[in-house]
Amino acid sequence: MDAKALSAWLREFARLVAENKDDLTALDSAIGDGDHGTNMDRGLTAVVAALDAEPPETPSALFKKVGMTLISKVGGAGGPLYGTAFLRMAAAADSVLDGPGFAKVLRAGLDGVVARGKAAPGDKTMLDALVPAVEALDSALAAGASFPAALRDAAAAADRGREATIPLVARKGRASYLGERSAGHADPGATSVTLLLRAAESTLGAAG
Amino acid sequence: MKKLINDPADVISDALHGFAAAHPELRVDFENRVVVRGDAPVRGKVGLVSGGGSGHEPLHGGFVGPGMLDAACAGEVFTSPVPDQMVAATRAVDGGAGVLHIVKNYTGDIMNFELAAELVAAEQGTEVVSVVVDDDVAVQDSLYTAGRRGVGATVLVEKIAGAAAEQGRPLAGVADVARKVNSSARSMGLALTSCTVPAAGRPTFDLPGDEMEVGIGIHGEPGRRRVPVAPAHEIAEMLVSPILTDLDFTGGDGVIAFVNGMGATPLIELYVMFHEVAQLLAKNGITVARSLVGPYITSLDMAGCSVTLLKADEELLRLWDAPVSTPALRRGV
Repeated sequence: MDAKALSAWLREFARLVAENKDDLTALDSAIGDGDHGTNMDRGLTAVVAALDAEPPETPSALFKKVGMTLISKVGGAGGPLYGTAFLRMAAAADSVLDGPGFAKVLRAGLDGVVARGKAAPGDKTMLDALVPAVEALDSALAAGASFPAALRDAAAAADRGREATIPLVARKGRASYLGERSAGHADPGATSVTLLLRAAESTLGAAG
Repeated sequence: MKKLINDPADVISDALHGFAAAHPELRVDFENRVVVRGDAPVRGKVGLVSGGGSGHEPLHGGFVGPGMLDAACAGEVFTSPVPDQMVAATRAVDGGAGVLHIVKNYTGDIMNFELAAELVAAEQGTEVVSVVVDDDVAVQDSLYTAGRRGVGATVLVEKIAGAAAEQGRPLAGVADVARKVNSSARSMGLALTSCTVPAAGRPTFDLPGDEMEVGIGIHGEPGRRRVPVAPAHEIAEMLVSPILTDLDFTGGDGVIAFVNGMGATPLIELYVMFHEVAQLLAKNGITVARSLVGPYITSLDMAGCSVTLLKADEELLRLWDAPVSTPALRRGV
């Protein structure tokens, strides 16, 4: 995978977020402050514009541009969390990524989210989708699965992780102030992570 | 949704243009959405920067001026500003004595200010210290939450730390005063209605006409519990007693008592509430040394109020009384 293939992934992520903007915001209204959809959409619209203006030539340059743009445009918690993830991915990326290389990059992004947000799985955050996705990707590749098959597993794991946030009581972010009343709704951050993985499955997986 | 706006996407920039037109003594950086004191940077004075989501007016832009903040960053409605804004604000107010970031304890604000401080540190030259405000007793502080929210005490921190900076105290000293105010202040809020975020176009939460939400923050996020609407004296009890349970307000030189409107509650009701609060404090042997009543940290068009008490000593009262000249708070000048 080169910068062009990875750009296609992030453009598809932007498209999915735009398509699901209202759903993300509705989820966030239920347990947060109702801005995750509009914020992510604003940031990813800027990402697409930045990619159009000057297509990055390496995966590292691409991830750095995405990270900086998200940090500069999103605000709230989503900006620093997604932004830090992509900056860490930039630092971990080789000039061309194979399957294991992509898994390594995604794990670096995950480590960035953990460092910035100081959350753990079970806190009802984006980590509840991201952690199982990264684990599924690693274990599928280790078991000898093809990259497209491994991405399918990762996207499915993210979906299950997102579903699993529904009964949880939030312990981080705005939703934590609701206490027990935060249970019964999926976490909006975990939901946007499922879109990121679904975009990877349909673009990077299809590219082989 | 009925609001005095153009396009919901333009609310912040339209409001900033109006703010700039109404207050020519301040500078507004429209690109970075930063309100700056007109004579910034003031040589040798610690710069005070705060900011957060918009929708809490006059916080923070209304408190920029001599005796209070040097700059304020305006985020989208109820969304933390981004680090670029805070970096621009920090640069604009650095008079060589360092810059204090006053940050409300909300995850987004914490992380964006943290990134901004890292960016400034990477460039070197400006010393930045952050103070986090977390005065909301509605949140049970524990290892398992994001901690108490920063609410009404933010106004008091900005005023008192602003006075300390104006006196020429060094960065560490101004930060100490800010932390002292935060650790001596507690708040509790209540909503009679939800608010409506322009971009969402409908109320953030549904609140039946005969119920109220106790223990809210300032973003329209629901509070801890719902109870039937009650008379003012019962509401005062619901707000004041958790505060008194949390911190001993007796002794000292009295309290600074702050009854804040959430945006849609008229002053007449805030004074009704202040009367009840003052009576409760008297009953508990607590003297009101100073008071502040009005909409100073709001939630758009939400009806409701919050009560903040600050246990004051002579130093804090002196700094509270010091002159201040900002759009929303002005006295002694």
